[in-house]
Amino acid sequence: MSSEQDHLKETDTEARFEFKKEQNAAVKSDKGLTEEVIRMISEDKDEPDWMLERRLRALKQYQNMPMPTDWPGQPDLTELDVEEIVPYIRPDVDKREGVDDWTELPDEIKDTFDKLGIPEAEKNALSGVGAQYESEVVYQNMQDQWEEKGVIFMNMDRAVQEHPELVKEHFMTTCVPASDNKFAALHGAVWSGGSFVYVPEGVTVEMPVQAYFRMNSEGMGQFEHTLIIAEEGSEVHYIEGCSAPKYGAHNLHSGGVEVFVEEDAHVQYSTVQNWSKNTFNLNTKRAIVEENGTMEWISGSMGSKATMLYPCSILKGRGATDTHITIAFAGEGQDIDTGAKVYHNAPETSSTIESKSISKDGGRTNYRGLVHIADGAENSSTAVECDALMFDNESTSDTMPYMEIEESKVDVAHEATVGKIGDEDIFYLQSRGLDDDDAKKMIVAGFIEPITEELPIEYAVELNRLIELEMEGSLG
Amino acid sequence: MARLELSNLHAEVADGDEKILEGVNLEVKSGEIHALMGPNGSGKSTTAKVIAGHPAYEVTEGEVLLHLEEGEFGDEIEIDDDQRSWNILDLEPNERAALGIFLGFQYPAEIEGVTMTNFLRTALNAKIDEREELFEDEDADEDDEEDEGFETSPMEGPADEGEVGVAEFQQILQEKMEELDMDERFAQRYLNAGFSGGEKKQNEVLQAAILEPSIAVLDEIDSGLDIDRLQDVSNGINSLRDEQGTGILQITHYQRILDYVEPDHVHVMLDGQIAKSGDASLAEELEDKGYDWVREEVYGTA
Repeated sequence: MSSEQDHLKETDTEARFEFKKEQNAAVKSDKGLTEEVIRMISEDKDEPDWMLERRLRALKQYQNMPMPTDWPGQPDLTELDVEEIVPYIRPDVDKREGVDDWTELPDEIKDTFDKLGIPEAEKNALSGVGAQYESEVVYQNMQDQWEEKGVIFMNMDRAVQEHPELVKEHFMTTCVPASDNKFAALHGAVWSGGSFVYVPEGVTVEMPVQAYFRMNSEGMGQFEHTLIIAEEGSEVHYIEGCSAPKYGAHNLHSGGVEVFVEEDAHVQYSTVQNWSKNTFNLNTKRAIVEENGTMEWISGSMGSKATMLYPCSILKGRGATDTHITIAFAGEGQDIDTGAKVYHNAPETSSTIESKSISKDGGRTNYRGLVHIADGAENSSTAVECDALMFDNESTSDTMPYMEIEESKVDVAHEATVGKIGDEDIFYLQSRGLDDDDAKKMIVAGFIEPITEELPIEYAVELNRLIELEMEGSLG
Repeated sequence: MARLELSNLHAEVADGDEKILEGVNLEVKSGEIHALMGPNGSGKSTTAKVIAGHPAYEVTEGEVLLHLEEGEFGDEIEIDDDQRSWNILDLEPNERAALGIFLGFQYPAEIEGVTMTNFLRTALNAKIDEREELFEDEDADEDDEEDEGFETSPMEGPADEGEVGVAEFQQILQEKMEELDMDERFAQRYLNAGFSGGEKKQNEVLQAAILEPSIAVLDEIDSGLDIDRLQDVSNGINSLRDEQGTGILQITHYQRILDYVEPDHVHVMLDGQIAKSGDASLAEELEDKGYDWVREEVYGTA
């Protein structure tokens, strides 16, 4: 077995993702957010004027909006100083649009993704892979058969150049405008990298496409933008993973995700978030779902110092469907504030939200959700279930499920449970031969089982492994 | 052969100073069936929990010793002379399980999301691993592989990990379930979740049958059972003794189960001590005369 694979067997999560590489940047912006920095980024990307204008407009919006501080029970963002973050680092690679052969990458970058197991996964189970290092996508590849069917999977910067009409129409316009919130505005100003996915009418992309985002440098921000357009009757599963080594200074991740689910189309968007525990993870993810379209959000949030993430589906067309599956795991010093938003804006729309959260060693999880059923969205239905499991008395779990129901002909169901892991349960398993750690792992695996059994198998395996790794060490 | 020896055992609730056991002396050998009877609050369940290592109790005096003979765990595990006697109070609950102690719970825990198959196979393999570790030759330390976690569906647990693989285990489970007249669908149900009282008790006996303990302490295994299930459970207990040579310490309030599982020894517990011991006829006498009779006889007061 090679040394790379040995690394995957590391039992401590932080250790497994911990390795750092020398910084080797071709271009690195100054810290902070000024018009000068924005112009520099845009110029370095040789962007058309319309994109620079959008960036500058977003910057103004960002500067005019206050930091969100008044949400009940929100994570503490006082330690986050955006002026101290380096927003743009272009790694030193030869080919700007990303290579399609791993061996063409500089050794330290190739080694990074080898250790994360990305090339291996590509061979086995994926239709296409994109890999972003710092601010740029350095690798991008998709199987020829999908290209032949007109599927586009390319990095977002390149899409600006090659598909300006599609991007102009969809990029931070109707779905996630920069004015949506302060971090969406920040994202609009400094975004870099990310994926552009276009699936033509009637095409089903059978295996998932995956993007992996890696931050290597201390004190940087990563602001990738993902835009997915699934045309009528098409189907695609997009998976994103992310990680970073841990540093003393704070990192910031503020991604933007926009998904257009056209009539009868089906998009599944899965995230395994494992940022290092010095990272603020503040994202805006949203989908607009047309008639009889289906949007599925699957989110596993294991990493970060603080996360605020509420993937949103706007059910715009009659019969549109949303599914949210959310798993959050907060350990020492972590505040994972995550949930779901669904707007039922048409009749016969339905949503199902399942959330499971686990907190231990003083960590905090919060389910924050909003389901809005508009007047006239008759015969719509929603079912929300959120369960929380705490390991000890130091840990916290909150639940804030908001419902705004303006229509009377609807079906609304809501269930929530909060509990502490039971000493009697642990003793029962121990008395049968499991040690204390394994007993707790088994209880946690059982707790999230109703969710994991619905996940694609590769995803469930990775998620289970991460949760097990999270539980190692501190349980002794 | 194994022998469990409780000697002058004193115990109290860990976060208080309420004394519950005040000098229990008791010995259970492989192949024997003991009934432990007594009124509520006399210390029967506490005795069971202390033997298994429940963290809510603190032992203040006395010992619980487990004596093993060569070959207790088959040919593969060699028990050296200096590993024949264990003071199990020094051991974690899972280590006690590995040495062959089993506790059948009065109120078994319900664990959602963990199938019977996954749980029992994991437990069986954990026991085998732990046993190897306890009896490991000092100079041979191979096979110390790190647990890599679930590599298959969490429904089934890790497929290729552990001594007993999925296929082999399913075979074992199926046989034992048939013996106990249990519906095969139990195998895929979540551990005790939504089980009726009787099903839970049946499940405790099933677990004992699979884990093959040297000494099984069964805490009110007969409560909440209807007559049919009482027979199934009793047959299960008898075959533990007859087929595996398990020594049984059966805690019960009622004579009823003793008609099916005939005890070699009957003990009456009063105020944290064994007040009187005898053969099966003692249980019948108790049924007629009640515990006050024992109290009067032993202490001279009612």
